[in-house]
Amino acid sequence: MRLRVTFSKKGWLIYSSHLDLMRVWERALRRAGVALAYSGGYHPRPRLQLARALPLGHVGEREPIDVWLDEPVDQREFSQSLVPVLPEGLKLRQVQEVRSGAPAMQTQVVATEYRVRVDWDQPAKTAKTRIAQMLAETEITHTRRGKRYNLRPLIERLELEDVSEERAVLHMRLSARPGASGRPEAVLDALGLGDAFARYHRTRVMLKATG
Amino acid sequence: MQVDLEKLERILPTVQKPGRYVGGEYNSVVKDWNAITTRVCLAFPDIYDLGMSNLGLMILYRILNDLPDVLAERAYLPWVDMITAMRGAGMPLYSLESKRPLGDFDIIGISLPYEQVYTNALEMLDLAGIPLRSDEREGSHPLIVAGGHATFNPEPMAAFFDGFVIGDGEEAMVELVEVYRATSGLRREARLKALAQVRGVYVPRFYRVRYAEDPSPGMGERGPIAAIEAKTPDTPLPVVKRVVRTLPPPTTRLIVPTIDVSHNRAAIEINRGCTRGCRFCQAGMAMRPVRERPVEEIIQATDTILRQTGFEEIGLLSLSPSDYSQIDTLVKRMVERFADEHLSISLPALRADSFSVTLAETIAGGRRTGFTFAPEAGSDRMRATINKSIPSRQVFDVVSEVFRRGWQTIKLYFMIGLPGEEMEDVRAIVEMVKTVHMIGRRVHGRQAQVNVSVNTFVPKPHTPFQWVGLDGSRSIRDKQALLRREIRGRGLKLDYNDPEASMLEAVLARGDRRLAEVIHQAWALGARFDAWDDQRDFGAWMRAFAKTGLDPDLYAYRQRSPDELLPWEVVSTGVRKRFLLREYERSRRREELSDCREECHACGILTAFQGESSPVWCCPEPDPEATKDR
Repeated sequence: MRLRVTFSKKGWLIYSSHLDLMRVWERALRRAGVALAYSGGYHPRPRLQLARALPLGHVGEREPIDVWLDEPVDQREFSQSLVPVLPEGLKLRQVQEVRSGAPAMQTQVVATEYRVRVDWDQPAKTAKTRIAQMLAETEITHTRRGKRYNLRPLIERLELEDVSEERAVLHMRLSARPGASGRPEAVLDALGLGDAFARYHRTRVMLKATG
Repeated sequence: MQVDLEKLERILPTVQKPGRYVGGEYNSVVKDWNAITTRVCLAFPDIYDLGMSNLGLMILYRILNDLPDVLAERAYLPWVDMITAMRGAGMPLYSLESKRPLGDFDIIGISLPYEQVYTNALEMLDLAGIPLRSDEREGSHPLIVAGGHATFNPEPMAAFFDGFVIGDGEEAMVELVEVYRATSGLRREARLKALAQVRGVYVPRFYRVRYAEDPSPGMGERGPIAAIEAKTPDTPLPVVKRVVRTLPPPTTRLIVPTIDVSHNRAAIEINRGCTRGCRFCQAGMAMRPVRERPVEEIIQATDTILRQTGFEEIGLLSLSPSDYSQIDTLVKRMVERFADEHLSISLPALRADSFSVTLAETIAGGRRTGFTFAPEAGSDRMRATINKSIPSRQVFDVVSEVFRRGWQTIKLYFMIGLPGEEMEDVRAIVEMVKTVHMIGRRVHGRQAQVNVSVNTFVPKPHTPFQWVGLDGSRSIRDKQALLRREIRGRGLKLDYNDPEASMLEAVLARGDRRLAEVIHQAWALGARFDAWDDQRDFGAWMRAFAKTGLDPDLYAYRQRSPDELLPWEVVSTGVRKRFLLREYERSRRREELSDCREECHACGILTAFQGESSPVWCCPEPDPEATKDR
């Protein structure tokens, strides 16, 4: 049985990395006593798949993970055994069954949505203009680890929600296809906010519709 | 008040592995700060990654938090990047649970598992804004106490701590907290006085050390120790370590880290102490008597640990797992019981006998990682000296069996610099390694791998070798050069200590109260993380010695006379000096002493703990003949 669990990762737990999170899930599921399916071999690993790595320090509001089980369970029972043994910062949002033959989630991600709170000491008007100017470009050259690429096509949406007390709240939807994946840090950098302190909330990981 | 969390949030993205500094792990305990009268912070003076696998700290955390009116939180020493960031932001060292500065606690218990953390302990206090020296602290400051293995010689750190808990901490720490609480209205001095009455607690300020009047070169203004005195008649001298009669129920609700740490697994102690009597081993001498946990208790506790933590691996802790009397039954039952639960089991190095191979096979199932043995010395002669007698032939037989059963990698532990060692004994290490490798190649060809770890022996207090000096640095370098020359090439890997690190360890292990000045100076000059090869600042230590006029060589290399009063005699482990001396003499004649599980050699432990002993102790009836010379 394959379950798609949607969860949030918040609080101090945001300082656990993607790999750490896999282990956090494994141990939580073991505490819950659910019949995790394991890979074969001498070093069996539980079959768990996260859709997309959540960078260290980012809050995840609705993150999906696929969990394979050896025995079918009632989804409510599954939740009831899991909720009391989750560590601080991890919350269950939704549990739904997925066809076991469905493609791996990683291949289905098309975009991610972010809400970013960033220190920005500009009046709302100036900020809005800056964003509009940037979106008007067809090419925004960005360099990461020595590689140059055009950031602009990766920004599917960028909106300023609010500016108050020198903090701006931005909404963005970034492409997240293989080889064409936008990072919110790059967007801030392009806005001249590369050194500003920001809080990143990934609000959604968008998947292709699956059966 | 909590530290500034918003400031912290801005610091965390700038440092490596910020998950070290945030707490919130499953099974960590956050009590209502204001509803509790006694607040204890258990501090580990090295980074989180290492400290999280310290079972002693975890045990005390649980015991203290189980008391209704006490809370226990944790602090670890931040890594250098975080220390810099915190100092830059004016942020004091805080506890992981409540994020309170350490100065807000009533008691800070610092674990001193080994000597190389001494400067780290000072760094922690300083980062917390707490005066380093006991005599600089006042009633408003927390009580600073230490526990852990290094405190069997508390003297080098005596100036910095208000008290030391010597030996098993499970009961002593609770008593200490209770006495502290009961004396809350009293002045600091009176409180400390009351703490000095807790069995096993050493409060340095109530002791005076007198030195020989005539100055001797390199020892500052005064000579060797002439007397250790208690300042008042009701102060115990020596302070006898604590032993728990039977091991308390195992801690099962272990904290589950949310980042990767070293030894990222559960742990359960299967026995404490060791009857083998290896003469170099401080733990083997100082942690007597042997107390075993019943098999059933271990199985039950493992089951509970599994349910309460979800760990996928458990380490069975023991100084010598092969000597656990029912190790065979235990391992078989563990494997049987937890096979379906995807729980792997790990054991420390096993004795080189055929039984160990079967044991390891049972545990490993089909997996074949590395197989570890610790022959400790290369020649039969040296193994007789240290009382760890396994004939070389037996090592080869066992190794051969290990390779044949599918293991391709064997790890061997040795020591150099043992008393009476000649170059020929070091060559014997090389011979043994080469033979083992050859045996492996016959079975696995070029896949055979032998990893060799050669530690420099540091003579430790309370052992038969406590009078011996550290092997000279020239000699150590020559021996290491020989090993480097000979142990290399495909399928061989060699690992050894930095001689400067060994020297520092020897100085700190064998020091007296005067060393406090050096430690303080070295820390002020930037020394910290002395156990880390890439962080150790040996130059700072040498400058500190020069400043204080003490000669490190006299601490590290000097052969001490059996008549000399040793600094650590302020503490008694229950093992008598006379027994240690007899053992030292036997070592020089290369006479072996049998496992004391079979016959009592009158080490003194039963006399020291008369009335406390228990049938579960693995001590046989003492032979009146053997004990005659008490």
